[in-house]
Amino acid sequence: MATEILYFAWVRERIGMASETIALPDGLTTVGDLVSWLAARGGGYAAAFEDRSRLRAAIDQRFVTLDAPLGRPREVALFPPVTGG
Amino acid sequence: MIAVAVDARPIDIGAEHAAIAGGGAGGVATFTGLVRADDGVVALELEHYPGGTEAALRALAEEAVARWSLTAARITHRVGRMLPGEAVVFVGTAARHRAAALEACAYLIDRLKTDAPFWKKETLAGGERWVDPRGSDDAAAARWEP
Repeated sequence: MATEILYFAWVRERIGMASETIALPDGLTTVGDLVSWLAARGGGYAAAFEDRSRLRAAIDQRFVTLDAPLGRPREVALFPPVTGG
Repeated sequence: MIAVAVDARPIDIGAEHAAIAGGGAGGVATFTGLVRADDGVVALELEHYPGGTEAALRALAEEAVARWSLTAARITHRVGRMLPGEAVVFVGTAARHRAAALEACAYLIDRLKTDAPFWKKETLAGGERWVDPRGSDDAAAARWEP
């Protein structure tokens, strides 16, 4: 099943794209596992994900922590801490 | 009545206020956030998570309506590029009595700061920078925990 990965703010800028569709490999248990798998691509991915304390995530538009189970999501968003208002 | 909106157009404060008055309300409380010119900021760019942002705002408004028995709650957040002095967010709450409206309005802007996916980028004379969250925002949101 394909999963849409969305990037926002400086995560988007460092990776160089706003979204991509990925077939998640087996063996990814948590959102953090997905982040590690993406970071291993190096380049902008490694730069975007170098500081996990400044990374937030949502699964199917619901905010989760990086240790949350990944499951089989339609959509995962990865982004910095929010600064609206 | 709950209404949330994310829009690139300037916020019409009068129209926002009119939309929540009525419906048996005895009072309306509003908060309008403005773009500050701190440190020589010449423009502010707001990014959001289409779909995810609206869902987060709606969830907050529903919580506030239930907790304070509001007659209406409205959140309108601007996105895109804006200038110092312009409105970036409007929060309005209406209730039978003032205490509920005032408390719910403060609750919504405090929680919006930490729970709604928006990101600010400042343009200064020398370039651009992403805004970092402030610890005081977390403290302001935490005070509403039961």
